[in-house]
Amino acid sequence: MNSVLPLIKNETIKIIKKKRFYVILLILLVLVPIFTYAQMRSAEQTRAKFHGDWRLEVQQQITDNENSLGSDRVPEEWKKYRKVLVQQLQYYLDHDINPNEPNGVTFTREFMANSITLFIPLLIMAIASDIVSGERTTGTIKMLLTRPVKRWKVLLSKLVALYMFTSLTVVAAFVITYVISGAFFGYQGFNLPVFTGFQITGSNVDLSAVHAVPQWKYLLMQGGLVWFVSLTVASLAFMVSVLIRSTAASIVVMMAALIAGSILTNMASAWNSAKYLFMVNLDLTDYLSGTPAPIEGMTLGFSLTVLSVWAVAALIISFLVFTRRDILN
Amino acid sequence: MPVTDNPSAQDHIVLSVEHVKKKIGRKWIIEDVTFDVREGEIFGFLGPNGAGKTTTIRMLVDLIKPSSGTIKVCGFDVNKQQEQALSYVGSIVENPEMYTYLTGWENLEHFARMQPGIDRERIQEVVNIVRLDQRIHDKVSTYSLGMRQRLGIAQALLGRPKLLILDEPTNGLDPKGIKELRQFIRELAEDGLAVFVSSHLLSEIQLLCDRVAIISLGRVLAVGEVEELVAANAKYVIWDLEPVEAGKRELTSRQEIEVIEQVDRVLDDTIIAGMGPNAIVTRMEEEDIAGMVLHLVNSGISVQGVHKINPTLEQLFLKMTEGESIE
Repeated sequence: MNSVLPLIKNETIKIIKKKRFYVILLILLVLVPIFTYAQMRSAEQTRAKFHGDWRLEVQQQITDNENSLGSDRVPEEWKKYRKVLVQQLQYYLDHDINPNEPNGVTFTREFMANSITLFIPLLIMAIASDIVSGERTTGTIKMLLTRPVKRWKVLLSKLVALYMFTSLTVVAAFVITYVISGAFFGYQGFNLPVFTGFQITGSNVDLSAVHAVPQWKYLLMQGGLVWFVSLTVASLAFMVSVLIRSTAASIVVMMAALIAGSILTNMASAWNSAKYLFMVNLDLTDYLSGTPAPIEGMTLGFSLTVLSVWAVAALIISFLVFTRRDILN
Repeated sequence: MPVTDNPSAQDHIVLSVEHVKKKIGRKWIIEDVTFDVREGEIFGFLGPNGAGKTTTIRMLVDLIKPSSGTIKVCGFDVNKQQEQALSYVGSIVENPEMYTYLTGWENLEHFARMQPGIDRERIQEVVNIVRLDQRIHDKVSTYSLGMRQRLGIAQALLGRPKLLILDEPTNGLDPKGIKELRQFIRELAEDGLAVFVSSHLLSEIQLLCDRVAIISLGRVLAVGEVEELVAANAKYVIWDLEPVEAGKRELTSRQEIEVIEQVDRVLDDTIIAGMGPNAIVTRMEEEDIAGMVLHLVNSGISVQGVHKINPTLEQLFLKMTEGESIE
């Protein structure tokens, strides 16, 4: 009978007028310069330490690696990795780029890789944790649900609006990081080669398929993974927001889950079934960069599946509960 | 189905509630609620706090699903055909909670989008009806309670409802605001709207409503015309006699007069507070008063005061609930 589109418009207006998204942008605008400045200081320090010619340093690295290629003690797959590394270093020399000199794109890539498990989810929760529970806290849910619209449509409109702003948050994080760090380090670096193609099975890294891709391509792949993680976190926070009446409580629940995830990851768990927990699987960019996964048996495909299952389950629970629940307060 | 003697009344039923029950946890909050609301009438829903008024109202607007029974608005089941049924209903459940970070106008636009066929003109129209045009473009957070109440009503009227549900609408309003609201509700009913008003204030219902349902502990105790219910109520007379004991004996000896011992069960506190320490409360017909006065005087008892209690719904309520848990 009624279309969902005007409802999505309503939800979008509410998120904007509630200034939640501005808060996210503000946090990014305050924090990114701080991180950038810290990075700049550390770059200055490195430069001071080597106060010589960086070309010599890179040349030395190339020579070392080429020498090791002839050695029998180095396993075959490591040789492949080093060949790629040499190629990469050669590229830097040929193009007169200092690989240790940070640039906007590299900083963005590293910053996003570090933000995927906590920082970006935190930003998303600023919107997600409030989207249903906020209406209950203020009592406006009664107005919302006594209009001639089926409940699932109301909830769907909220979900769509949430996904839109989650996506915007990811894009904003990339853009703001690039623009701000670029102001410090320069905006170049899109064509720098970056290693990827690592086959990670548990704590072992298979390097046979490693190759270099231009950094812009890497950034796109990374963006996709960050976006996927963000949607998963948004779905879970959405469910918590449906289940818990208080916005503060729902933020605490989600934060606790995420922090538990990073603690579990650092414990390099012997507890194998922990790999089915969503929060252990959030660090998807590790698969791109070749960092070994915390628990045996985790691969990119595995993590994507685990996250998808959690997200879908969260959405099913959200809709079942929301459409049936009595609004008592 | 019993054949109704008045089929036209049946046609104009806007809201029909039949044997609605609701269990929350292990407790039956609503045990049996049945009533109809007709076009153009102001229907009062009266009961003390905790009687199940708000739970019932929430069931009327599909915020709570009844455990059994049916609720129909203009023939559509509220729980099964929400979209059709609720399109005829405008409501404020408890407080008029609007989005405080939006302006009044933005709030109305928001709710207008949830229902087809509401354009700018209609929004302007309801703004004018509730006389909020001066402040409509200000943020709701700056509104007074009375203005929020009016914005809530504007929201409820947006979809041109046939049934308006107001839950304790006078709560928190000043006397002037209450008077205006009463006038306003009457005007709406004159235009054919059915208005359902809940209240724990008996005087409020008496002043405003055509018909009333009285609810206590999850049950409807009575449904009827306010006038009729009040008229059917027993009449109380307070006597001030000297000597008290002899007077009381005389009153007790008469068959048509009943002397009430537990006064607090039938009269409300404000009346009891105004009574002297030796007052005797009786239940009797008005026409017997004069004869009784004569009889008492002839028996040598001095009648120092005879006071008729004007019947109120509160007494009716006290009588029906036999003084059980009332606030």
